[in-house]
Amino acid sequence: MFESTSLNERNRKKQSLVKIFFLMMTVLLILPVMIILGVLIYKGGPVLSFEFLFEMPTKNGAAGGILPALVGTVWLVTVALIASVPLGVAAALYLSEYAPDNWFTRAINLAIINLAGVPSIVHALFGVGAFVLFFEFGTSILAASLTLAVMTLPVVIVATRESLQAVPQSFREACWNMGATRWQTIRRVVLPNSVSGILTGVILEVSRTAGETAPIMFTGAAAILPFLPESVYDQTMAMSLHLFVVSTQVPNMPEGIPYGVALVLIGMVLTMNAVSIGFRTWLRGRKKW
Amino acid sequence: MVGQELQSPATEAMVEVRDLTIRYGTEAVLRNVSLEVREHEIFGIIGPAGSGKTSFLRVLNRMDQMTTGMSWDGDVTFAGRDIRKVRNLYGLRSRVGVVFPLPVGLPLTVYNNVALSPRLRGIRNRQQLDEIVERCLRRAALWDEVKDRLDSLGSLLSGGQQQRLTIARALSQEPDLLLLDEFSIAVDPVTTMRIEDVLKELKKEITIVLVTNLVQQARRLADRTAFFLTGDCIEVRPTEEMFEAPDRDQRTREYVEGRFG
Repeated sequence: MFESTSLNERNRKKQSLVKIFFLMMTVLLILPVMIILGVLIYKGGPVLSFEFLFEMPTKNGAAGGILPALVGTVWLVTVALIASVPLGVAAALYLSEYAPDNWFTRAINLAIINLAGVPSIVHALFGVGAFVLFFEFGTSILAASLTLAVMTLPVVIVATRESLQAVPQSFREACWNMGATRWQTIRRVVLPNSVSGILTGVILEVSRTAGETAPIMFTGAAAILPFLPESVYDQTMAMSLHLFVVSTQVPNMPEGIPYGVALVLIGMVLTMNAVSIGFRTWLRGRKKW
Repeated sequence: MVGQELQSPATEAMVEVRDLTIRYGTEAVLRNVSLEVREHEIFGIIGPAGSGKTSFLRVLNRMDQMTTGMSWDGDVTFAGRDIRKVRNLYGLRSRVGVVFPLPVGLPLTVYNNVALSPRLRGIRNRQQLDEIVERCLRRAALWDEVKDRLDSLGSLLSGGQQQRLTIARALSQEPDLLLLDEFSIAVDPVTTMRIEDVLKELKKEITIVLVTNLVQQARRLADRTAFFLTGDCIEVRPTEEMFEAPDRDQRTREYVEGRFG
């Protein structure tokens, strides 16, 4: 009764073809990543040194190190996170846990989607108008970070909302049935089980924030500024803008330097991601339904 | 309705329902039901799937508020108060324990599952919490199986254990009214019997509404029983009469004798 018919054979063949196709697509996907990393390490690797990472740039970046850009990017990302994570998580909590399904909520959701679709250069101009000029922060870390925060807000909101909605509704109902308020339910059951998803959103935000150039160009990042920022009201260098400068703006640039800068930038993002992923895995290991 | 003449004046009504009609959108799933649940009784509700039993429970602790499209007409009082007019729904729900057919082990430790409700009430004292947790787990016939792993996740227990955890959690509310919706669906027969014994004990303290698919379970436990059929309450009467009385409704007789449903 287990002899295979020709139909069985055909199905099995089709199945293995499909599998190979999917596998090839996956390989195609990781190929560019491998090439980028390979080229960067090959060309930029030799430039890396203690001095490159921890010294001030000289000759418009053609010599010396990238310390102010490194420090500047850390400032920008940190301040942007401080601004956008609480705001984004609070908004997502409202939308997921409190908001009734009416035209107002749908309008907000539409606005978030649209915000995500705004090109970064438009965000940059908004940042100039709102933060640099109107709020008179000047071109500063504060103005640049807030611009980045506005730009990445949709990512945080959507990721948070998704992870909140991944918590089964039956958990909420069980809590409500015990007489718990919405907030008690959120604090004791919903949030603890969506932290890892929220972190995913934050990870995405960090990567995007560290890499964006346009929104910070006019709002707070300077091309070459061989000082470390001392407060959020200072201008600063940033890795992404520095990469743009050393690759296109400075004549007689040694070939390895742009690759080195790019390698450090990617390394930074990957390190931050790795830390968050590690944290997330640790959190996940402690729970699950 | 036959059951009403049998009402003894000694026991007070815990829940009084008058002309309750429940709708989802425009479709009525329960029509013009009037009955009362008396203090310290186990009130059984039997009937085939889709007869409105669960919807009835959902009204009793105002779960309709969380269910989109659900609405109801009629008067329902709980401990003498019109539940439609209760503004503190949190207070109402904390006095009504609910157990659903499918267990909901919250993703908390076993201990915290049971200690959650006391904590919501503001009990912080660890010793007091320990006592409540042990008492409720014992009553739900779960203590012996989990006493050595109170700190492991409730959601990792087996299905039957999770169901008993849910029961323990409902008991930890120290409710006045306990709503059981086919609680034994995920529980093995031996444990079901143990829980049934606990329920018989519990009715000295609280009132229980037991929705069940198992006609024999209603017969074992319920003092009075209602028979729901496709949105109508066919009759309410003392449980023994449901199974014996010659004047019972034709449909009731066929249902309890297993001839349809």
